[in-house]
Amino acid sequence: MISLRELRIHGRGGQGSVTAAELIAVAAFAGGVYAQAFPAFGVERRGAPVQAFVRFDNQKVRLRSQVYEPDYIIVQDSTLIRDVNVFQGLKKGGIVIVNTEKALTYPIPEGVKVITIDATSVALKHLGLPITNTTLMGAFAAASGEIAFPALEGAIRQRFPGELAEKNVAAAREAFEFVKGVS
Amino acid sequence: MALGLGCTAKPGKAKENKTGSWRTFRPEFLHEKCTKCGLCSQVCPEGCIAEDGEGQPVPDYDYCKGCGLCAEECPSQAIEMKKEEK
Amino acid sequence: MMEFMEGSHAVAHSVKHCRPEVIAAYPITPQTHIVEALAEMVANCQLDAEYITVESEFSALSACLGASAAGSRVYSATTSQGLALMFEVCFNCAGMRMPVVMSIVNRAMGAPLSIWNDQQDSISLRDSGWLQFYAEDNQEAADLHYLAYKVAEDRNVLLPAFVCFDGFILSHTYEPVDMLTQEQADSYLPRYTPVQRLDSADPISFGLFASPDYYMEFRYQIDQAVKGAAKKIASAGREFGEMFGRDYSDLVESYRLDDADCAIVAMGSICGTVKDAIDEMRKDGKKVGLLRLRSFRPFPEKEVRSALAGVNRVAVLDKNVSLGTKGAVALEVRDALYGQQVPVLDYIIALGGRDVRKKDIRAVVDMAGQGKGDLFYGLRQELVS
Repeated sequence: MISLRELRIHGRGGQGSVTAAELIAVAAFAGGVYAQAFPAFGVERRGAPVQAFVRFDNQKVRLRSQVYEPDYIIVQDSTLIRDVNVFQGLKKGGIVIVNTEKALTYPIPEGVKVITIDATSVALKHLGLPITNTTLMGAFAAASGEIAFPALEGAIRQRFPGELAEKNVAAAREAFEFVKGVS
Repeated sequence: MALGLGCTAKPGKAKENKTGSWRTFRPEFLHEKCTKCGLCSQVCPEGCIAEDGEGQPVPDYDYCKGCGLCAEECPSQAIEMKKEEK
Repeated sequence: MMEFMEGSHAVAHSVKHCRPEVIAAYPITPQTHIVEALAEMVANCQLDAEYITVESEFSALSACLGASAAGSRVYSATTSQGLALMFEVCFNCAGMRMPVVMSIVNRAMGAPLSIWNDQQDSISLRDSGWLQFYAEDNQEAADLHYLAYKVAEDRNVLLPAFVCFDGFILSHTYEPVDMLTQEQADSYLPRYTPVQRLDSADPISFGLFASPDYYMEFRYQIDQAVKGAAKKIASAGREFGEMFGRDYSDLVESYRLDDADCAIVAMGSICGTVKDAIDEMRKDGKKVGLLRLRSFRPFPEKEVRSALAGVNRVAVLDKNVSLGTKGAVALEVRDALYGQQVPVLDYIIALGGRDVRKKDIRAVVDMAGQGKGDLFYGLRQELVS
C-alpha cells in the first residue's frame, strides 16, 4: 500500500502557488488518489514568501498540520533560497524542483534529487507573464509521477478559460517534456 | 396560562387598558382661544387627541391620563387642567 | 457524487441545496468565499433567494431575524469580530425562537488582531441559546448544514444553530467531498413551515417585554428546547445516515476509546490530526483514544459520562480559553464527570492559528500521563518569562 506523500510549494505572492497546489491536487484526485491541498494561511501580499501544500494518499487524509517533512518541494523563485530554508525537512530520496536560470550554487542536502528548470523563460514564452505555476506543475508531473499529464491538462482546462488554458497547457507540456528528458 | 413561544402576543392589548381612570387633572379645551395649530395632538403621549371636522381638538377621555403636556405646550393657553371630580 | 472542492464552496453548495429564501451576510476573512459564492449563485439565478447586502454583521443578523420572523428560511455566515458584533441579535434570535442557520468559520478574537483559527468566537456565544455543531472535515461541514436546518426548524426545537468549522484549516482546504444533489437535499429537507410568523393580515409581536413574573419561565423554555434538541439531532442524524450513508445521530464520536487508558476530548479539525497521532501511539502500545464532540450545544453530558467511563485520565484540547479559569470544553467535561475519580486535564492549544502536529498530541498525552495539565500548551517560554 502506498502511504502518505507530501508536497510543499514555496513561492512569492502572485506566482500562483496556491493555485498550483489546488490544480495538482485536482489532477491527483482525477487519477483516483485521495488528495488534500491547502495554503499556509497568511496575509497574502504580492511578492511576499508564501507556501502551499498537497498531500496524496490512497486513503482519506485526516492530518491537518502543515507539511514539515515533504517528499517533494517546488521552489517557484530561486531567490527565496536566500530568505527561506526551502529544503527544511525534506525526506531522504526526496525531489526538489527549482525555477532558476543557472545551476544552483546553494548547498543541497544529501540524498536529494534536485531538478532545475528555467520556468520563468518557459512561462514568458507561452503566457507572456512570469507566472510559473503551470510550468512547474508540468515539471512536477514528470519528476514525481504523482499525476499523469492528461489529468494535469484536464485540471488546467477546468480552471482557465479557452486560449489562456491552451497557453498554460503548452507551458506545462514544455516543462513536462524537458524534465522527462533530463531525468 | 401557557407562554407564547418566543414571547409573542397579538397586538392591541393596550386598547383594553383604559388609562383615563388614572387621571387627577382633566384637560379642558377652550375652543374660543384655540388656533387649531394641532400641537396638542402631536405632543399627547397617548395619542388620544383627535381633531373634529373643523380642526378643533377632541380628547378621548377613556385614555387621557391627565399628564398635562398638551396644556403645557399649547401656545395659546387654550387648554386648562382642572381637578377631576371623582 | 464525490467532488474535489474547497471547504467554503462545499458549504456554499450545501446551503444552496437547503434553499434559503433570505441570505444576509457581511464578508469577513476567512468566511468570505462562502458568501461570495452564494451571492454569485443568486446573481446568476441559480438560487432563488433574496440576498440582502448590509453594512455590518449587526445588520446582517438583524435582517435574518426579521426575515425568519416573517416565515422565511434564512442563512448567514460570519466569524470572530463579526460574530461579536452580532452578540445582541444572537440572544434575540434564540429568545424569539428563530431557526436561523449560520456558518461560523472559526477564527480567533482580537485583540491582538488575528485572522487565524481557534474556536474562541463561537464558544463565547455558548450561553446564547444557539445550537452549536463542530465539523471535523469538509464533508461534515457540508452535511451539518442540512442537519442544522432540520433540527432548528423542528416544532419542538425552534432554535437557531451554528455550524462551526475551522477557518482556513477547513474553509480554504481542497479535498474530496461527497455532495448531495438538489433532489437528494429536497427529499431530506422539506420546505420550512413556520409555526407562527409576521403577517399583516393576522398581526403578532415577537420578543415582547417580560416582567419578573414571566422572564424566568421564558429562559427555562429556551433551556429545555436546547436540551431537547438532542432527541431531534438523533432522529435527523439517523435519517441522514439512512439516506446518504453518513450517520450523524450521535452528538459525539468515539475513536479507539474502548480499551483506552487516556482519552483525548476535542472538537473540530484538530481531531483528524489526533486520530493519526492515536494510530501511531497505539503502534507503540499506548492505549489512547479520542472522544470528539460534534455537538457542543446541546452539551452531550450523558454521552461524555458513558464514553469516558473506563478511562484513567482525560486530556481536553481547548481551542479557546475562558480567561481567568480554563477552556470551556474542559470545564464542561469536568462537570459531566463530577463525582468520578478520573482526572480531567486541560490543554489550551492552537490559539490564533498555531499549528498542531502529531508530535504535539503525543506530548499532551505524555503530560497527561504525568498528571501535568491545566496549562497553555506549547508556549514560547522566552516570550512569557
